[in-house]
Amino acid sequence: MPRETLKIVGFLCNWCSYAGADMAGMARMRQPDSLRIIRVPCSGRVDPLLVLKAFQEGADGVLVSGCHPGDCHYGNGNYFARRRLELLKRMLPVLGIDPGRFHYTWVSASEGARWARLVEEFTGQVERVQEAQPNLKIQSRIP
Amino acid sequence: MIGVFICQCGTNISATVDTGKVAQAAAAMRGVADAESIQYACSDPGQAAIAAAIRHKRLDRVVIGACSPRMHEATFRRALDRAGLNPFMLEMVNIREHCSWIHSDVDQATEKAAGLVRKGIARVRHHLPLSAGKTAAVRRALVVGGGIAGIQAALDIAAAGIPVTLVEKSPTIGGNMARLDKTFPTLDCSSCILTPLMVEVKQHENIELMVNSEVDDVHGHVGNFEVDIRRKATCVDEKKCSGCMICQEKCPAKAPDDFNAGMGQSKAISVASPQAVPLVASLRKEHCRRFSGGKCRVCQKLCPAGAVDYGQQDEVVRQSFGAVVAATGYGFYDWTGAYPTYGMGLYPDVITSLQYERLLSASGPTGGHIRRPSDGAEPRQVVFISCIGSRDESVGRPQCCSVGCMYIAKQAILTKEHIPDSQSYIFYIDMRAGGKNYEEFARRAQTRYGTLYIRGRVGKIFPRWGKLVVMGTDTLVGDQVEIEADLVVLATGLTASDGAGGLARKFNISCDENGFMAEGHPKLKPVEAEAAGVFLAGACQGPKDIPATVAQAGAAAAKVIGLLSRGELETSPMVAAVSQSKCSGCFKCRDVCPFGAIEDERPAAGRTAARVLASLCRGCGICSAACPPGVISLSGYTDKQLLAEVVAALR
Repeated sequence: MPRETLKIVGFLCNWCSYAGADMAGMARMRQPDSLRIIRVPCSGRVDPLLVLKAFQEGADGVLVSGCHPGDCHYGNGNYFARRRLELLKRMLPVLGIDPGRFHYTWVSASEGARWARLVEEFTGQVERVQEAQPNLKIQSRIP
Repeated sequence: MIGVFICQCGTNISATVDTGKVAQAAAAMRGVADAESIQYACSDPGQAAIAAAIRHKRLDRVVIGACSPRMHEATFRRALDRAGLNPFMLEMVNIREHCSWIHSDVDQATEKAAGLVRKGIARVRHHLPLSAGKTAAVRRALVVGGGIAGIQAALDIAAAGIPVTLVEKSPTIGGNMARLDKTFPTLDCSSCILTPLMVEVKQHENIELMVNSEVDDVHGHVGNFEVDIRRKATCVDEKKCSGCMICQEKCPAKAPDDFNAGMGQSKAISVASPQAVPLVASLRKEHCRRFSGGKCRVCQKLCPAGAVDYGQQDEVVRQSFGAVVAATGYGFYDWTGAYPTYGMGLYPDVITSLQYERLLSASGPTGGHIRRPSDGAEPRQVVFISCIGSRDESVGRPQCCSVGCMYIAKQAILTKEHIPDSQSYIFYIDMRAGGKNYEEFARRAQTRYGTLYIRGRVGKIFPRWGKLVVMGTDTLVGDQVEIEADLVVLATGLTASDGAGGLARKFNISCDENGFMAEGHPKLKPVEAEAAGVFLAGACQGPKDIPATVAQAGAAAAKVIGLLSRGELETSPMVAAVSQSKCSGCFKCRDVCPFGAIEDERPAAGRTAARVLASLCRGCGICSAACPPGVISLSGYTDKQLLAEVVAALR
């Protein structure tokens, strides 16, 4: 599958990662157009079920990004996110989803360049998974 | 009835996104009553067009595809409000920073933009009208850092009648500016212009000055920050000490002189400088004989005011503030580890510009006579090297310190004034003299004071027969240069000050890759930090000179005054709420809430359910991800809204 048709959903916290993605935009850093960003107040708001819903709806990859540990705007939201998402990541193979399709990380508001690199790398990673196991993707849509 | 407005943002968006096509695609979606492309949505005519469409087409929800919501969400909410629509019926779609600016192919970018708008439309269908509440704001400001930035900010806020607490970690306010001899480009004496302000801070009825103090812990948020301030034990009762300095004179334990940047020596108990405000002694336990196991009680015996108290303990004071100004200033780059060919600090006559500043100062260790550290001789040949730890990728510090070129020019001029038959050389990369009258000043250093400017870097410094040989390149002539210097001054770059990172973390201020605190927006929010109610003043935000620092401190003060003058603040209505009839009473939400905003309630006999205290909720939504039956939801980020967005994003 060519990377132009890949669809990746990104859940970004408003305070760090969304601002970091804005920063990458301000610096006109070219990125693959696969990513659709959904703004959330905190990575701690990201219910693992939202991630699964995205896979269920046919996402090729899901990315969650919050503030660096210790820098959470709300104090500790990203620690909750880390626990939940790490658990989710280990659960994914059980559900038949390649864990390479999922990534959670931390990007600060000033790390525009890092953000652009991350999008590039994650898109590449999803692309490789897609090539290796094109049929393992969940395609059923539950209304 | 949804209205969709796609901003062209001049060519910022329209160059890579066909906004007409995006509007067309949006118009075909369910519930969309109006979709148009606007040249500048945020402009007056743009907002008027949106307002007109709201009225004429009876829109009840609006999607605006434009820049980042972090930029203009507030602007457009106000526009909706003026048009008679609930301001929270807006959904902004970021097709600039997240689309047009990062893609170059028009077809792909247009398709992506249309997809993003589709996602926004799906989400806005689930919006509900919300109304902002009001909360009382504490009419008191905290200024952290007592340099010129903090002093100016504190004075300006206090002048508006708002009480201020100024916290400074060292024993005196004044910061780095108090250590400077003269200031460029006017050569007025630094302490002559600063000391009156320091005294004013001390005497001002609205300012509480806390020296030897640091911010320990922070709770709360804009309007009501609860801050624990730690007063460090100095073994001297500040109220009793008169600053007579008898203790310092008689103290037998020598200690490094921090105020003089390590030039000269001080005592274990000392007053930081003769101009210190407050003029109070403090004792450094690590250098004191009594605390290193001895029996010495000289200072306590001799103190005429009985101010010395060896048993003094740290004291933590809790105060509430409505707003905070961070003014933690800057530090100097530690060059000794990074430039091995300059002697790594082993040659006593290779000093930093701040140390040289203390040699020039009349209040310095040499009384204002330039004496080189090794033998106390007056130097004849002085070499200045610019950009040490700035504009130097090889040591990982690419940024410009912005003041180095000017302060070396000043030091070269002062050198000539102190020692008329001296000769100064300056190794530089580029001359940066951008401020008012700066270029003329730097030029004067060359023409009237005969300073020789050599464009190039210094490769090596080594001692030879009592002199220091400076070997470098003159890149304009293309030749090697060798100068026999008596004294070498390194213009070290500016770094974020020690502890600034820790403070930034406590107040949720983000820092850039160089450790300086990040402003809210590089152009439009130069003094606001990302966190509401926190403002930045001076070099903590980035290297800058004194006029820029004073201007920024004034701006930060104006923001604080504006915030606190109304006495109350608008609170975000985007808070969590529990559907109590479905709540199982497990209180996982209470366990994860960082703000203690959840309490238990008995809606009916025999069962308990969670309730959100809206005034404490900050809208993070951690609870709604934790709730097992999913009955606690965050307004503006409900499951319905996010699921609709996910589904639409993948259509």
